[in-house]
Amino acid sequence: MANELTEFILVSVALLGIGIYGLSVKRNAIRMLFAIEIVINAANLNMVAFGRFLPHSGGQTLALFSIAIAAAEVAVGLSLIIVAYRMYHNIDIADFRSLKG
Amino acid sequence: MADAAFLALSVITIGSAIAALELRSLVYGSIALMGTLGGIAGFFILLDSPFVAMFQLAVYVGSIAVLILFTVMLVKRELIFKKVEDKRRKFVGIALMLVFMVALGAVILDSGIKQITTDEPAVDFREIGDDFLTYYWPALILMGLILSGAVTGALVLARRVDEENGQRVN
Repeated sequence: MANELTEFILVSVALLGIGIYGLSVKRNAIRMLFAIEIVINAANLNMVAFGRFLPHSGGQTLALFSIAIAAAEVAVGLSLIIVAYRMYHNIDIADFRSLKG
Repeated sequence: MADAAFLALSVITIGSAIAALELRSLVYGSIALMGTLGGIAGFFILLDSPFVAMFQLAVYVGSIAVLILFTVMLVKRELIFKKVEDKRRKFVGIALMLVFMVALGAVILDSGIKQITTDEPAVDFREIGDDFLTYYWPALILMGLILSGAVTGALVLARRVDEENGQRVN
């Protein structure tokens, strides 16, 4: 392997930091979904990197499961955002004060 | 030492992750998110796992990014470009991010992870298939149920009630 495990993990840490920044600063619901996606991808990168260097097939298997579950999460999250947009005519999460609308 | 492909991929991935969160327009933001997801697929290829890379391209870049793009297009035009955020909150967020990165990075650089190297061949993707159908088969079935439940739930949530005669329309 030309690259070391540490380098992959540092990239993953950087992505995780950016995702946490997005989750804590942004108030736009779709941007927060972007940040969640970035965090999930950092986790997947970590799993595949450790799976390559150990080496063990479990890392890739878990990453595949994680990608599939993330797809389900995005589908539900986006439809929740659409419902909230229909209720409040806005996608700012500070406006989502009550669930009944 | 890192090679050129790794450096280029990490610049693309991290740069477009920042762009996805900071670009003014949500449409460009979601295209930048596609760049991040594609960059992660490139890392998977560098890690000798082409199967996961193809899965990432098909699921993330192919479907999730397009789904996000269509949702962004459903939202009103002013909201796409509106950017509401506190200046103070932003600085606190950046400080939190830097502290987090430096602390976690220092821990990782100081730990024994550096000594993990391998000369063994990469895991064959046939092994992943074996895993899926032997040890992980309950999880595989559960995942299928979760996916179908999530898609059905998303369709039910996004349905709209017609106010005039109380019928549900799509």
